[in-house]
Amino acid sequence: MYHQPPGPATEYGARFRAWDWRRALSPTGNVGDAVFRGALFCCALLLVAVVVLMFVEIGSNARLSVAGFGFSFLTGREWDPVQGEFGALPFVYGTVVSSLLGLLLAVPFSLGVAIFLVEQAPRRLARPVAFLVELLAAIPSVVYGLWGIFVLAPFLREHVGPPLQKAFGWLPLFQGTVTGIGLMTGGVILAIMVTPIITAVVRDVLAAVPVSQREAALALGATKWETTRIVLANGGPGIAGAIILGLGRAVGETMAVTMVIGNRPEISASLFEPSYTIASVIANEFTEATGDLYLSALVELGLVLFLVTFLINGAARLLVWSVTRGTSGVGRA
Amino acid sequence: MSRADTAGRRPRRGRRAVSALMTMLTAACALLVVGILVLILGYIAWQGVSSLSLQFLTDTPKPVGEGGGVGNAIVGTLLLLALASVIGLPVGIAAGVYLAEFGRGWFAGAVRFIADTLTGVPSIVTGVFVYTLIVLPMRQFSALAGGVALGLIMIPIVTRTTEEMLRLVPTSLREGALALGAPQWRVTTGVVLPAAASGIATGAMLAVARVSGETAPLLFTAFGSRFFNVYLDQPVASLTVQIFNYAVSPYDEWHAQAWAATLVLMALILVINLSVRLLTRKKF
Repeated sequence: MYHQPPGPATEYGARFRAWDWRRALSPTGNVGDAVFRGALFCCALLLVAVVVLMFVEIGSNARLSVAGFGFSFLTGREWDPVQGEFGALPFVYGTVVSSLLGLLLAVPFSLGVAIFLVEQAPRRLARPVAFLVELLAAIPSVVYGLWGIFVLAPFLREHVGPPLQKAFGWLPLFQGTVTGIGLMTGGVILAIMVTPIITAVVRDVLAAVPVSQREAALALGATKWETTRIVLANGGPGIAGAIILGLGRAVGETMAVTMVIGNRPEISASLFEPSYTIASVIANEFTEATGDLYLSALVELGLVLFLVTFLINGAARLLVWSVTRGTSGVGRA
Repeated sequence: MSRADTAGRRPRRGRRAVSALMTMLTAACALLVVGILVLILGYIAWQGVSSLSLQFLTDTPKPVGEGGGVGNAIVGTLLLLALASVIGLPVGIAAGVYLAEFGRGWFAGAVRFIADTLTGVPSIVTGVFVYTLIVLPMRQFSALAGGVALGLIMIPIVTRTTEEMLRLVPTSLREGALALGAPQWRVTTGVVLPAAASGIATGAMLAVARVSGETAPLLFTAFGSRFFNVYLDQPVASLTVQIFNYAVSPYDEWHAQAWAATLVLMALILVINLSVRLLTRKKF
């Protein structure tokens, strides 16, 4: 009887087997490679699994509230846990207005700083300034909140609110008492926190615009500023992405806003009045939520925040990638 | 680039004035932003130093009027950071290695996109997630839950920095090792990873520094405690939550303690950042 020798022949035979796990995982068929690659793949898969699990877990815990209120959850104006009424409109309003105010203040300065760093400043100056601006992003949110309560709020109450009221008091935006705690302070603190993020991404985007564009403009006799405008136009989608990225950060910012916005679930046109955001109400009321429905309503707010920021960030990434793809900056935030 | 005023055709004076004005405006923006940074850091140092003492660094919190300190919060923060690193770093680095070494095709693209998007998801959402995942089944706030929340926040950050660092390793190094007959896993672990080690360590430390300032995900996971605690199934204090609780309290003494605790927190973050720089300098 023919006896098949061990070793090479089994290797040879393996090639004809229908499916070999070693080859499926690694082109070389090396066991170590297959195990190594499989383990790494699992870790990468874990990242995807975490996101899926987050949606499932948060979604299933919000079911009670979703089933109970449906879409009226987002349009209801009353938030009264004692009466069992959960309408999230005041939080949505506070989040949207404070974020937009923050962006409105942050975008011009962020663009200015980024343009200064990439187009105008000599490298000797640009590097330390860029480092300092990045340092601003390293300050924890709760520290901004502390500074907001004890420095920014009194400053806005004494030196910014009254003049604004004097000049524009006929607008509903600037009526009411200036307490220093409210939408305006929230917006300003958000602006400070979002500026380094937008600046960093716009810097990457501007740096990704080919030098030949600048050389061409300068060769045609354009001034420095005219050249910069051409560079800005080329980086358009990336800059839009950077701004949307900043919006995502502003919408989800929790601690600093919670500490200065006043935490009152009311909708008022005035920027001086206290307000409340989605993230703030979760931070403040989660641990004291009594009853399943109350907790479920707060979890649903978390779900809304998750969905919205996930979409905002996804869109922003795609826009930034469309400009910086193929260059060294991978569009860090 | 800027030396392109050739052929004597200089731009008209008005256009040059606009250009100079815009240069000044952008410089003013930079000055303002840096000024705000100096203001904030200066105020923290000024306020913090006045109520800092050895007793403050070692004591547990006490009722108003009796002093007290943040010793347990310092220990708690270090415990949470260690736990977060144990959870976040291995997974993050492994996923980063996968993206850099095997990262072609739609799956890798999806992982990259999700990692980037996840970095932008608010940390309080991670807190809600960990609450439903760990705190509800355990029926108790715990250090474990806090560590998991911080670890989850670290993963995508570490993944992306690791990938970037590995991409800086020249392909010729990999090809050389492969040509010598080494299997792929030996090439990655023996050649590529050591070459990028300091970069990966930098990314890891920066991720630790980033989560050390997180408050929102700890509010209803680690919760906070008035005592020293090293048990993973018990609630644990942290500097950030302590700062928050003191800051929103109505007592001047606690406000002063909040500033001092902030100074301690900023010093901790600074130490992490400086050790990153020392670490990278020694290696090369």
